[in-house]
Amino acid sequence: SAFRLFSSQAPITATLFPGDGIGPEIAEAVKKIFKAAGAPIDWDEQYISKTADPRTNSFITRENLDSVLKNRIGLKGPMATPIGKGHRSLNLTLRKELQLYANVRPCFSLPGYKTRYDDVNLVTIRENTEGEYSGLEHEVVPGVVESLKVITRKASTRVAEFAFKYAADNGRKTVTSIHKANIMKMADGLFIKCCREVKEKYPDIEYKEMIVDNACMQLVKDPTQFDVLVMPNLYGDIISDLCAGLIGGLGLTPSGNIGADGLALMEAVHGTAPDIAGKDLANPTALLMSGVMMLRHLELNEHAERIQAAALATIAEGQYLTGDLGGKAKCSEFTKAIIDHL
Amino acid sequence: CYVPSPGDAKIQKVTLIPGDGIGPEVSAAVREVFEALKAPVQFEQFDNISGSDPYGNPNTEVPRDILESIRRNKVCLKGTLFTPLSAHNTSTQSLNVQLRKELDLHVNLVHGFNIEGVPSRFSDVDVVVIRENTEGEYSGLEHEVVEDVVESIKVITQEKSRRTVEYAFGFAFLNNRRKVTAIHKANIMKLSDGLFLKEFREVAKQYPMIKAEEMIVDNTCMQLAGKPNQFDVMVTPNLYGNLVANVVAGLTGGPGILPGVNVGDQCAVFEQGARHVAKDIAGQGIANPTAALLAAAMMLRHLNLPDFSDRLERAVMEVLREAPASVKTPDIGGSGTTASFVKAVKAEL
Ligand SMILES: Nc1ncnc2c1ncn2[C@@H]1O[C@H](COP(=O)(O)OP(=O)(O)OP(=O)(O)O)[C@@H](O)[C@H]1O
Ligand SMILES: Nc1ncnc2c1ncn2[C@@H]1O[C@H](COP(=O)(O)OP(=O)(O)OP(=O)(O)O)[C@@H](O)[C@H]1O
Ligand SMILES: [Mg+2]
Ligand SMILES: [Mg+2]
Repeated sequence: SAFRLFSSQAPITATLFPGDGIGPEIAEAVKKIFKAAGAPIDWDEQYISKTADPRTNSFITRENLDSVLKNRIGLKGPMATPIGKGHRSLNLTLRKELQLYANVRPCFSLPGYKTRYDDVNLVTIRENTEGEYSGLEHEVVPGVVESLKVITRKASTRVAEFAFKYAADNGRKTVTSIHKANIMKMADGLFIKCCREVKEKYPDIEYKEMIVDNACMQLVKDPTQFDVLVMPNLYGDIISDLCAGLIGGLGLTPSGNIGADGLALMEAVHGTAPDIAGKDLANPTALLMSGVMMLRHLELNEHAERIQAAALATIAEGQYLTGDLGGKAKCSEFTKAIIDHL
Repeated sequence: CYVPSPGDAKIQKVTLIPGDGIGPEVSAAVREVFEALKAPVQFEQFDNISGSDPYGNPNTEVPRDILESIRRNKVCLKGTLFTPLSAHNTSTQSLNVQLRKELDLHVNLVHGFNIEGVPSRFSDVDVVVIRENTEGEYSGLEHEVVEDVVESIKVITQEKSRRTVEYAFGFAFLNNRRKVTAIHKANIMKLSDGLFLKEFREVAKQYPMIKAEEMIVDNTCMQLAGKPNQFDVMVTPNLYGNLVANVVAGLTGGPGILPGVNVGDQCAVFEQGARHVAKDIAGQGIANPTAALLAAAMMLRHLNLPDFSDRLERAVMEVLREAPASVKTPDIGGSGTTASFVKAVKAEL
């Protein structure tokens, strides 16, 4: 019963990287569910090369990049990092070429999938281009290494602006910036200064600050006190994974990368799971929820809601869960159950 | 029951820095319990140190007499000093960091474990986090390269990495621990964290009976939130240790519970494991003195007073396990005060 909402809407073309390992299976699941839900998306499927493309110095080809640059929206499955030297890593290539400056991870407890933490509902927003990941390191004298952390007003303001806008657009009430400005007074000091400046433009959003170590402690004590969190690169890396851990791991958490002028590439952040690849055992939830984020980004909110509700209902019902959630169902059975719930 | 030996009766001097926030309250609690315990310890207390002046500006130097006292006594019990975030003064040395550097307290140890009677989502956590305590991201080296571009330098040295890792394996060996996990981000910080890992691998070879494992810091935090009982001893560079230890604190009952110590070749400074000043509850008489009391128990063992240490530790655990909510502090779900808890501990000694 492919009942179509907005059947008159012209479809939007989105890039899809199925990826490696379990990637193609879970991408197939997402395509089926989107089709059944009548989501107006045409997929432009892209496959990365088996050899490095000299134009990008990466296994990601110029055509791959151009597809995302043209469509300005995309969904990415897990990719195995090919072995070989002298070329850029896949993620670095995507981040640099598409200027993906913010990583967003909504993190909410799935009703029906029990963890020690049952009412998590927060969003982590991570600055993705500088900080501790500058790649600037050197050995000063033997046995002494320096590693540079770079914080700029430009990048800090950009991610703060995204965080406040995200909060406003998504009906969130509070933005908390996470920092260690008591120790890194200048670097993290600049980051929170930029957040404070951006806050002035959003009188309706409450703004708080928290030292990163305290945030780690509070998150595992009582994650319900948090709403939207914004932070420099390394803290974002650590805290977004910590939050994923609260709700059951990377197999369930969606993620999105935001680039210049609203370009967005959503992705499942889990690995390629070579041990179960090709066996119809993978859980497509993380990629599906990343697809839901994509629909929201395109302001196709009703489709997003419908798909998310069906997935959550299927998980809550617990009859067709994949192995990682403690069930026995195949990926295809889980997918069919979601479609039946649409 | 305890029969003091002649050696034990010799009174030992210990420096006491109450510090800011709840520091004075929990330090007073320790003093009160020590008196009841008749511990042969004499405190040399310094109230004249705070991280900020009355106007909220950071104080920039640890008074000399305090450093001299710690150097002389070699043992100190300390509360956390507040580090104000000042727009004007960006000298990157908090007094806490300065004190650690001056005394070369190169290792920090935090022990997180579930205690019966302290509410927690888990029941089987027993983790020791050992971190490098003076360098890394806490180097204090920062500058503005051009306007609006700031650099902060993380420094990793072979010497400090080596000492930290050696301490961790030595601790694991002496305490019958089975596994040491190195926490790092060497996939990104290849040289700096790579150097730390290299030292880890070399020292691990000298301890074939202890399992050596490596884990990336973001994955570590994710694993801690789901399956914390897989960890035993952890060893890390400075900042990751700060974060991981706080995660462990959150898993086992909070900063009011965990004891910790900073160790150098000459001195040892004992304090709350999760070093927070807790301005939000300061002066209300509701701070949990458990962390400070357990740190003081660690200190008594360090002073070679194991009987006093055991007696204190047992009394604290007993009160946490048996006492009604009206005796325990609000951070662990009680409705009592610092005073009601201290009273119960004294009665239990
Ligand atoms: N979407 C998923 N559905 C079911 N199980 C998953 C999923 N993602 C990961 N897993 C499980 O988690 C484990 C870790 O997988 P992951 O792919 O993240 O790491 P990996 O095996 O090192 O692969 P990679 O080469 O991509 O890093 C695997 O054993 C896999 O079974
Ligand atoms: N002994 C204690 N008993 C009860 N609660 C405590 C204790 N020590 C710390 N806390 C709590 O731990 C939390 C974190 O402490 P704190 O406010 O010092 O955070 P912080 O991030 O270190 O900030 P800052 O150092 O700038 O004050 C607070 O909620 C505080 O009340
Ligand atoms: Mg990560
Ligand atoms: Mg603190």
